[in-house]
Amino acid sequence: MNVHYISALLAVVVLGFLAYLGTEVLGLQSLFGIFIPYLAVCVFIVGAIMKVMNWAKSPVPFRIPTTCGQGKSLDWIAQNKIDNPSSTVGVVVRMFFEVLLFRSLFRNTKAGIKEGKITYEWEIFLWVGALAFHYSFLTVLVRHMRFFLEPVPYCIKIVETLDGFFQVGLPGVLLSGVVLLAAVLFLLARRVVMPQISYISLMADYFPLFLIIGIAGTGLYMRYFARVDVVAIKELTMGLVTFKASVPAGVNSIVFVHLFFVSVLFAYFPFSKLMHAGGIFLSPTRNMASNNRMVRHVNPWNPELKFHTYAAYEDDFREKMIEAGLPVDKEA
Amino acid sequence: MDIKPEEMINIDNKPPQKSWMDVRPDLSKGRYCYPSQPKALEYLGMPNPREWSPADDDWKLPPNWQEIIHEGFKERLGKYRSLKVFMDTCVRCGACADKCHFFIGTGDPKNMPVLRAELLRSVYRNDFTTAGKILGKLAGARKLTKDVIKEWFSYFYQCTECRRCSVFCPYGIDTAEITMMARELLHLLGISIHWIMDPVSNCTRTGNHLGIQPQNFKEIIEFFCEDIEEITGVAIEPSFNRKGAEILFITPSGDAFADPGTYSFMGYLMLFEAIGLDYTLSTYASEGGNFGLFTSSDMMKKLNAKMYHEARRLGVKFIIGGECGHMWRVLHQYMDTMNGPADFLEVPKSPITGTVFENAKSTKMIHIAEFTADLIKHNKLKLDPSRNDHLKVTFHDSCNPSRAMGLLDEPRYVLQNVCNYFYEMPPNTIRENTFCCGSGSGLNTEEIMELRLRGGLPRANAVKHVHEKYGVNMLACVCAIDRAVLPPLMDYWVPGVGVTGLHELVGNALILDGEGERTMNLRMEDLPGAEGDDDDE
Repeated sequence: MNVHYISALLAVVVLGFLAYLGTEVLGLQSLFGIFIPYLAVCVFIVGAIMKVMNWAKSPVPFRIPTTCGQGKSLDWIAQNKIDNPSSTVGVVVRMFFEVLLFRSLFRNTKAGIKEGKITYEWEIFLWVGALAFHYSFLTVLVRHMRFFLEPVPYCIKIVETLDGFFQVGLPGVLLSGVVLLAAVLFLLARRVVMPQISYISLMADYFPLFLIIGIAGTGLYMRYFARVDVVAIKELTMGLVTFKASVPAGVNSIVFVHLFFVSVLFAYFPFSKLMHAGGIFLSPTRNMASNNRMVRHVNPWNPELKFHTYAAYEDDFREKMIEAGLPVDKEA
Repeated sequence: MDIKPEEMINIDNKPPQKSWMDVRPDLSKGRYCYPSQPKALEYLGMPNPREWSPADDDWKLPPNWQEIIHEGFKERLGKYRSLKVFMDTCVRCGACADKCHFFIGTGDPKNMPVLRAELLRSVYRNDFTTAGKILGKLAGARKLTKDVIKEWFSYFYQCTECRRCSVFCPYGIDTAEITMMARELLHLLGISIHWIMDPVSNCTRTGNHLGIQPQNFKEIIEFFCEDIEEITGVAIEPSFNRKGAEILFITPSGDAFADPGTYSFMGYLMLFEAIGLDYTLSTYASEGGNFGLFTSSDMMKKLNAKMYHEARRLGVKFIIGGECGHMWRVLHQYMDTMNGPADFLEVPKSPITGTVFENAKSTKMIHIAEFTADLIKHNKLKLDPSRNDHLKVTFHDSCNPSRAMGLLDEPRYVLQNVCNYFYEMPPNTIRENTFCCGSGSGLNTEEIMELRLRGGLPRANAVKHVHEKYGVNMLACVCAIDRAVLPPLMDYWVPGVGVTGLHELVGNALILDGEGERTMNLRMEDLPGAEGDDDDE
């Protein structure tokens, strides 16, 4: 089992060294600072679009929502309009809860056996960890927009202010980065420590975790420990975003490691499980209304099939049917 | 069963040292369902009919079996977005792991829904993804070998397509969908089980799983009517294959064949008599259940087609369906798409209450629990729930009506009106969280009894809880498979709890016009309190 996380860890370490040596020793600043980031963003955009288009190419032959509450029925029976939606509005609300609040994960329980009885406990930690991870990552991403926009928009400054609400230390600690690292470490620990989860985990599960640990780690290191030249970095990033890319002097190699990790994550995204971000929107058990008996769903490849007709059945059993006094269509 | 319950519940769920890819499936006797017989496959025109056994080393696969699977897989990826998305989006978070009754009951890691799906996904990655082709095992890909086929057979017949995992999956990945695809692929090689293919072939010819021929079907129902007359003093004469009836009633043939389903059938007959319903039964469409659901979408469609075909021939206005779990998944989620539009039928309208069933306005088929709940709400039934006072009842939500339909409060409303003592099982085990009986999707076969008892453990355990807490002695359900498999499950885990269909309880509480005093219930057991019987309440 360990081969999965050892190889993932090794891969990330090697990638980090590549970027470090490439820029520190070989002077490949342009490769790691310009070419690879551009390439990665292209791969991400094209790859993600192609993946979603590939999913969308396959039809949805049947309407198969998983219903998680009372369905639409008689007027006086209260329908659960969110967990068992029969209208588009209901589906939208259901998807909203699913995508933004991880509704299904919130239900998580843990089964155990105690004194000859099976017990179930509400298990909230995976939900908390997942939510903390995704939202801190989003906040970090939004904050980083300050590197790509000049002047820095007011809303991003607000996010930053809120993020630094606790005003600990100098430079002020931004909560999101710390939470991100903590959440990723929690998700990793889960995979390593829990026997069942460890058993199902693949290298593809550990690799993005280590990669994000690398991203968050280098990011925190740059902000709180290394004296990186923020002005030079902004010059680099503004160059990238305005297509006048050049690598200014004074950009620390650790910046390139950070940037390379991010590039790898972008390029890796469309070919990996990270596409769950898009998949959730196309999941037929969640994004369809349970109105099957009200509105006919059409299957584009609905086959014409020969079935055993009544006439064939009667031919088979006519005499017995007549004898038993059952009505028949054709007398013998 | 050789193993005692207190031993069986000591479940070791520590995963093995070896990677799951290197662990071979246990196909010793008692661990597999008997394979289908060549004659059933021949009758159905399905590929590779032959004599074989899962215990054999050589499964007599066709020479190009790898190509068949690869092509079959490709075809299904093109036909089902669900399959594609479910192959790609799993992050292996493990939320589904302990939601599966088979995992809880066996501790076998391959019964975790995530790993069950990985059995298929690993081949998908190898055959259809770049990462899988380059990185191989490291990316969770593996080549399709004969051992993989054996593993699929073992584990996709340890899934009852109950969809409980899909409630908890953050992406809604539905293992039922994956199991259905895997079984379809296995069918392409002629790998299937007797307990599914035999009913399917029977159903094709005679119209029902059990192969009951028309004259026998009629006899059975007439026999029920004799019993009803003996119990109530009221003579009932249902019609068969009658053209011009307003309603066609279809229920699983299990209700005609085996106790305690038979008592529910008697309940239906009494209910329809009490309200003077203009309905008919069909000997041709005499099966509500549809084991095609456990075979392939094509087979499901062919078997289901009979319902509309017969409804059109008889000229009825709409169809009422009896109590059955997977039957209702087909009726609610597939029938209209496969065999509709049912434009020759009318929107169901209760002839007794005038209620229009808007929720079935396209499919034109309603569930008997919806129909009965509406009757009770409108005070159209005379009920004496005290006849069920010797029963302390709990309700088992069947998987499909719960998670593929949302029929939850209708049966509860009926229950609360036909019996006075009703107790719910714990919330984690009912409604959308309900646990499977352990024998759904065609696994209700004797030879895997231990697996079934293990799979049914979470359900039984919840019953045991209310049995000990409230003295519950009757488990009500709305599913024919439940009625067949819950009795042995209860006998093993919770002796002293019986199993009943919803409409058996209705039949017992129902007061028919002109009936005599009831001294017996539909099982012909003396009613407590009647004829000097002591009520031990």
